[in-house]
Amino acid sequence: MTKVIENAGITIVQMANLLPVAKTVGVNRLVPTISIPYPLGDPATPPDVQFNLRHHRVGVALDALTTDIDEPKVFKVSI
Amino acid sequence: MKAIHYINQFFGQIGGEEAAGHEPEIREGQVGAAMALQAALGSGVDVTHTIICGDNFMGSNTEEAIRRILSFLEGKEFDIFFAGPAFRAGRYGVACGHICDAVQKKFGVPVLTSMNEENPGVEMYRSKMVIFRGGASAAAMKKDVAAMTGYGLRLIKGEKLLPAAREGYFGRGVRDQVWLDPPVNATDRVIDMLFKKLRGEPFQTELPIPKTDRVPIAPAIPPEELAKMNVALLTSGGIVPFGNPDRIQSASATRWGKYDITGIDDLKKGEYMTTHAGYDPAAANNDPDVVLPLDALRAYEKEGKIGGIHQYFYATVGTGTTQAEAARMAGEIVEELKSAGVRAAILTST
Repeated sequence: MTKVIENAGITIVQMANLLPVAKTVGVNRLVPTISIPYPLGDPATPPDVQFNLRHHRVGVALDALTTDIDEPKVFKVSI
Repeated sequence: MKAIHYINQFFGQIGGEEAAGHEPEIREGQVGAAMALQAALGSGVDVTHTIICGDNFMGSNTEEAIRRILSFLEGKEFDIFFAGPAFRAGRYGVACGHICDAVQKKFGVPVLTSMNEENPGVEMYRSKMVIFRGGASAAAMKKDVAAMTGYGLRLIKGEKLLPAAREGYFGRGVRDQVWLDPPVNATDRVIDMLFKKLRGEPFQTELPIPKTDRVPIAPAIPPEELAKMNVALLTSGGIVPFGNPDRIQSASATRWGKYDITGIDDLKKGEYMTTHAGYDPAAANNDPDVVLPLDALRAYEKEGKIGGIHQYFYATVGTGTTQAEAARMAGEIVEELKSAGVRAAILTST
């Protein structure tokens, strides 16, 4: 999906947990998530902790949209 | 049963490169390589006609060549159509692909061809038809013809066919469910694969992912522009309004939905849910933002990092969905995004 959208000239970042799969199918901008059932917030942690993690990683994704890359890249997250 | 065979000027004994402009013709019976095809098919299938066309004629006048050949075939009875083998001959391979594709579409009969993996016809047409893995040159004629005809005979008789790798043709990216005989359950198979991996032994995945072309990297958006533009949110994690109004399938989806999020800052439990059957839905149903982070993106809208959020989010389910279906759905969504002038997007997957 990401590839088709990118091929239309829309700058897109994919937030994914299965990075090898996303890389294999040709995603160019990737931001890791924490799991499959809850990519952006561990339900075992308090809601504000979940929101902070989500806010941080979405921020990384937005920065990825503003970053020039010349090959597929996984952007680093700190929480 | 009846077959018709397409070959080029060389294998039709017209001539070599100097005859590559040869206009398409149809002859009764078997000419050149079609005799080898007839011999391999045996007495149960008659190769009633041979079509011969110069590779350059097909290459430079493709539409005209196809039109003429289809008109030759009009009204003829045939159960299967063969082209080649084309070996590593690029123009010939592409010609075999062109004509097989057109014949299959117009007459609905099975088409078979054979090419070497280096032949550009393989990448162009492998997803559309069965192309056998052929040799590099005409020295492989007998073997390549035997591979095509052996499969072709079983195909038209309705016999059991095996996956691409076992049959010896290039995978088309089609997934099929098979029953193992004797049965081995999935747990045993995957543990066996894991042991092989740990021991450094070769193993074969049951879900091979077709190699795909890279797409050009979309340009970065300057931060000051991002601060003025709408960002679209998409997910393959199955987030939908509660009750799944568009009945998006829980697996192997062929449908997608778009949902208006004007004025919504947070995806709440009981208002949104996931319909994805490939993961435990508890966390996503309790707080759909963990899959589709609308609340966090709204925060960036308020901070001014982005201009806004596109009016709709788009959702489907990624589990079991083939790449071909995903590409089709994405193509439909792209039209929506483009007509709304969207230039930036975030897609979350599970």
